[in-house]
Amino acid sequence: MKLRRMLAVWAAKVTEKICVHIFHRQGVTWAGKIALWICPSILQELAGQVRRAVFAVCGTNGKTTVNNLLCTALEAEGYQVICNHTGSNMLNGVAAAFALGARVNGELCADYACIEIDEVSTRKVFRYFQPDYMVLTNLFRDQLDRYGEIDLTMKILDRVMRMAPRMKLIVNGDDPLSAYLAMESGNEFVTYGISERVNTDTQTKEIREGRFCRNCGAKLLYRFYHYGQLGDYLCPGCGFRRPVIHYEAQKVKVGNGIAFTVEDKRIRSEQRGFYNVYNILAAYAAVRTGGGNAGQFRQALARFQPKNGRMEEFRIRGRRIVLNLAKNPTGFNQNIEVMVKDPLPKELIVVINDNDQDGADISWLWDVDFERLKGVDTGTVTASGIRCRDLGLRLKYAGIRSELEPDVEKAVRRYMEKGSRDLYVLVNYTALSDTRKLLKRICFAD
Amino acid sequence: MKDTSEMKITIGHLYPDLLNLYGDRGNIACMMQRCLWRGIRAETIEFHTGEYIDFSKLDIVLLGGGSDREQLIVCQNLKKIQRQFQEFVEDNGVVLAVCGGYQLLGRYYRTGAGMIEGLNLLDIYTEQEEGRLIGNIILDSDLAHIPVVGFENHGGRTCINGCRPFGRVLYGEGNDGRSGCEGVIYKNVIGTYLHGPLLPKNPQICDHLLKKALERKYGTAGLEKLDDNLERAANAYICRRFLPGGSMHCRQMDLVH
Repeated sequence: MKLRRMLAVWAAKVTEKICVHIFHRQGVTWAGKIALWICPSILQELAGQVRRAVFAVCGTNGKTTVNNLLCTALEAEGYQVICNHTGSNMLNGVAAAFALGARVNGELCADYACIEIDEVSTRKVFRYFQPDYMVLTNLFRDQLDRYGEIDLTMKILDRVMRMAPRMKLIVNGDDPLSAYLAMESGNEFVTYGISERVNTDTQTKEIREGRFCRNCGAKLLYRFYHYGQLGDYLCPGCGFRRPVIHYEAQKVKVGNGIAFTVEDKRIRSEQRGFYNVYNILAAYAAVRTGGGNAGQFRQALARFQPKNGRMEEFRIRGRRIVLNLAKNPTGFNQNIEVMVKDPLPKELIVVINDNDQDGADISWLWDVDFERLKGVDTGTVTASGIRCRDLGLRLKYAGIRSELEPDVEKAVRRYMEKGSRDLYVLVNYTALSDTRKLLKRICFAD
Repeated sequence: MKDTSEMKITIGHLYPDLLNLYGDRGNIACMMQRCLWRGIRAETIEFHTGEYIDFSKLDIVLLGGGSDREQLIVCQNLKKIQRQFQEFVEDNGVVLAVCGGYQLLGRYYRTGAGMIEGLNLLDIYTEQEEGRLIGNIILDSDLAHIPVVGFENHGGRTCINGCRPFGRVLYGEGNDGRSGCEGVIYKNVIGTYLHGPLLPKNPQICDHLLKKALERKYGTAGLEKLDDNLERAANAYICRRFLPGGSMHCRQMDLVH
């Protein structure tokens, strides 16, 4: 078995190199596929070699950021960690994280594994190994054509939690859907949350998916709510309520960067966006629950620069260009919130594709509060990507002028000719990698 | 002809707190804007579960989509107003019912988990079968000169018992993946699985609903032509991509128009 595993590890490493250097593509998925093909038990075997604990990170939004931050924070405590950094989170991506993380002798030398897993893929992945911890960030409406309904995602997560009764959950207690799953599962769990009203002057008409009690169907009452269905809730029908919060963010400040206090530590980050409070808090709670005292957490956070298209900044001729992934209404609305908070004049390019990984159904665009952009100086919005026409139409009905340019590169070039404003580029999943490469290339040539 | 500035359309959005999947907001935004652009006043009233609905104040009723679980809660609410809803329909009230809302118009919706009783407004019924019908869909409908495009995602198969369909399926699955029919039309009611949302990319369907509502209220409805270039471009893109010889098809239908 050992020989076979070694072969699989080699093959994965070679595949990845070929993909990156010859085809200039991320080779992670192929590497994982080949590793599993050569050695079907590789995941089981390598996951078993992790010395301290395996973390699974799940949830609609924030998986990649939380997982990478968790990895950075554990490394800062002096541990060796393997991680699927790129956000390749289906079975092949998970297999690749282990195979590429292993040594050439086919052995893994890691204290922790931080593995983000697509919620629906947990069914497959959990057949190979069961994590010691699962971080559940939130459950929002996402890519409905692939998942059917949010209920289906919850059913799958419920099933895998029962498959792994010893797996401890680290859940966002402000999310009634995640909290309900944790309570029902019978698994041990800890919670994190934001325990005060945060003034973000949000006036959204967001669809709050989880506004009804999962237990009895009554409409939840909120003492306060942050965004989506996240907040401090109580069911008047059956008494279901926000659980006791173990890791509470207090004195939260959101503006040009964010700050909050947890366990008497003041946490500061240059990252923008209210949702990053949750992301940082989730990683913190995971480090604390997984055994560390998080003594190095603040230093790790200061060093943490995702460089993966999540609020990634580029500089071109002195102008600031912000690239961010936005693939569902909740994520998009949070991005708009960031733009509203940025007082400088700016341009906006939005790229919407409908490839397999994006989901073919793009009707969620109509649930994004583009109307909020009306008061913001965004020049002319450029609608780009495969479904730019649908996006342009959505903007038209929001009362926002837009130009259509299916080709992202042309859209960016046109922006550069225009003048001196900053630029926001919001993209959905399959547009991310190419847009990021493009911006890097322009940045470099500059 | 009556001056449009004296006209007003009131849209009742039923249970957006529960039935609000898949961009139903787009259908509302489309109806509202296409009134406002023509100088017709428009208002949308949201009715949440448990609230009293006075149908006599409404010109258009929108019943959106939801998950099976949410549909069951809606059904319990709707049963209390079944009679008033039926009178509205029989009195030529305009109704757009999408996905879950469409299923609720019929006699019942049988799911794996049990039976959801419908509003019984139409002699149609829905039964859940293995596998969901998911994907882009294109119809040929009497109500529009260019194809009707949208996206479908449903586990239920709807039998319309010889009622008039909303359209013939050119691409996609439709009511049941077999009959070649999609949706249903009864008086001024349109029931359909198309979201995406339905109206923005199919402005003729939107205008059809507005026209019917205005005619019912004012006896006349001269709808001014709007600039629909972007709408048509988004529509044509779907046809080009999914219909064999799609661009030809669209162009021909355009020429006929």
